[in-house]
Amino acid sequence: MSQVIKIHPMEDFKERSRGVLNDPGQRKNFRGAMDFLMAKRRAQFPDQDELQGLRDLGSAIRRYSLAHLPRLLEQLEAKLTANGIQVHWAQTPDEANAIALGIAQRVKAKRIIKGKSMVSEEVGFNHAMEAAGIEAFESDMGEYIVQLAGETPSHIIMPAIHKTKQEIAKLFADEIPGVAYTEDVDALIRIGRKVLRRKFADADIGLSGVNFCVAETGTLCLVENEGNGRMCTTVPRVHIAITGIEKVVEKLEHVPPLYSLLSRSATGQAVTTYFNLISGPRKPGEKDGPEEVHLILLDNGRTQAYADEELRETLKCIRCGACMNHCPVYARIGGHAYGTTYPGPIGAIISPHMLGLDATYPLAFASTLCGACVEVCPVKIPITDILVRLRNEAQARPDSIDATLRGSGAARTTAGTAVWGVWAQVYSKLGLYKLASWFMSRGRALSPTEQGAWTRSRTPLIPAPKRLRDLLKDRKR
Amino acid sequence: MSARDSILARLHAAPIAEVPALPDVKAWFDAHRRNEDTDQRITRLRAALEAVKTEVHDVSATDWLEVLLRIAAAKGLRNLLIGTDTPHGDVLEARHPENLTLIRYTDAIDSWRDVLFDDIDASLTLARSAIAEIGSLILWPTPSEPRLMSLVPSVHFVLLDVATIHADFHSAITTEGWKDGLPTNALLICGPSKTADIQQTLAYGAHGPRELVVLLRHAENADQGAAA
Repeated sequence: MSQVIKIHPMEDFKERSRGVLNDPGQRKNFRGAMDFLMAKRRAQFPDQDELQGLRDLGSAIRRYSLAHLPRLLEQLEAKLTANGIQVHWAQTPDEANAIALGIAQRVKAKRIIKGKSMVSEEVGFNHAMEAAGIEAFESDMGEYIVQLAGETPSHIIMPAIHKTKQEIAKLFADEIPGVAYTEDVDALIRIGRKVLRRKFADADIGLSGVNFCVAETGTLCLVENEGNGRMCTTVPRVHIAITGIEKVVEKLEHVPPLYSLLSRSATGQAVTTYFNLISGPRKPGEKDGPEEVHLILLDNGRTQAYADEELRETLKCIRCGACMNHCPVYARIGGHAYGTTYPGPIGAIISPHMLGLDATYPLAFASTLCGACVEVCPVKIPITDILVRLRNEAQARPDSIDATLRGSGAARTTAGTAVWGVWAQVYSKLGLYKLASWFMSRGRALSPTEQGAWTRSRTPLIPAPKRLRDLLKDRKR
Repeated sequence: MSARDSILARLHAAPIAEVPALPDVKAWFDAHRRNEDTDQRITRLRAALEAVKTEVHDVSATDWLEVLLRIAAAKGLRNLLIGTDTPHGDVLEARHPENLTLIRYTDAIDSWRDVLFDDIDASLTLARSAIAEIGSLILWPTPSEPRLMSLVPSVHFVLLDVATIHADFHSAITTEGWKDGLPTNALLICGPSKTADIQQTLAYGAHGPRELVVLLRHAENADQGAAA
């Protein structure tokens, strides 16, 4: 049922963006959803001093956790193992899928029920399982809807945000046997609940993501509203959790501030319905819960971000999605246009480490650098600084010391390098600048009317008839 | 080199120019904590719970049972899942309620999963404590009151002793010493399950309980202090 989206952002990003921009329906959906989410978040932070204090604390916790990451991962592994949770490490999506598949084959699993996990999207989990003949079924309502439609999430918190209730009503009527068309949201949720309850009861394995891993106690924390995460982690006999290596914090007391920031920033809720702390599989005498719990810790480029102190800030992210909710670019083009698992500002700065800068650099340029994302980020990631850094990396000479990432220099072209080389000469030498600007102003009639991407939606750039220095000279006369 | 060793080697090799100090989380919560008595905490907890469609009832140590049975009758519940070897379960069973079948969670789920999913209307569990600031109940499922009791039945009754309400999440963790021993599964619950995944329209009863009913149990002798 699921499909693999081919990642070709470089070739297709602009085309996909244009497609959404020319679709008034989709633009209205996104605009409405973003306005809704921004207003909800704003209402959760009436006290600016409290907000800024909490952001400082959240940022400090994440920065401290990252500074001690290798030690905390080792502590987490030891504690989880002592608690009976089996820990696996994966450098690549293929390794992560192979680990999960190995577990599934050992326990002869046929059906996997999934809670919301963006890391599972990142590794193409559903496709890998289905290729091996194992059903992987999404249970988060939004994820269920996009899976039923053969799509992927367009937002990391609200996966089906691009769909109207009419579209979902039609989808349910078309795809779920015996279901009549209804636009009543409560009725649609009841339909989803009924289908998925059976899936929970019948599943062999439950798969989930993790919001925070606590090193001192060996605990996996999951944040959710629907109860499907609890179902996936409690009903099947095996629970597999998959997460990025950056999600660890040292102490349990580090969790409350991050949880508060996450739920308020993400969906504008004071708190989510469920906060689920898992510290082990079913113990002797316990009557439910999985007999096995596994944690897959995924790298997939995160160690590349970690190697650089500026780019390491990217890994502070707690995946609230506030940056995309407030991004003027995301609000207009939506999540699918990005072509990556993580869209929006955070997607633009994390995806290069996962997919290579050569495959993702246009995303770093798709920003006005307005800084709205930086203002709302609950852990104060300097997103715009990182976007500028990635732009420079994309233009770096591949063999230079400035090229530190996989795919650095991918945006560099001979023509571009020559143009900017000339520009640098002109703007750094006064005589040359005077001469060039004189020729430009006098030869303005020769300005081309077609100026590439600029004139696609703007009037051509034509130099002024008089230079600034000429105007000043006239004034003095 | 294994994946583990490769990942850790890369992390260890990364430069750390300045090691940040351990954040003082306690100081932040101490500075922002409201100085409230039990009644104020109850008020705040109730408001937060009711804001997310939780039914809240004040009960006493003696009348909670009758209140529960009244609500169950009004909702037309056929049966109620209760734990094993719990004081409240024993009291309920001794009452022999009419028109409400009590079902004990005696066997491991593997042998009666379909019954739990298809035939159980409601459940009753005891909350370990609660958090006023975020309007959440704390449940530590035990072999007596397993995890699925608070998740699968459509109606979930929670009995909460008001003296156990903490000011905030941080004080719950530290006062109760969570870091020294967590159960297999610990939970914060603030309402019936919900979703806004269809066009941002809030709908209750997503996958977990459709209704959450909290019985705030006040001690007969009301001089008990609130939790820290």
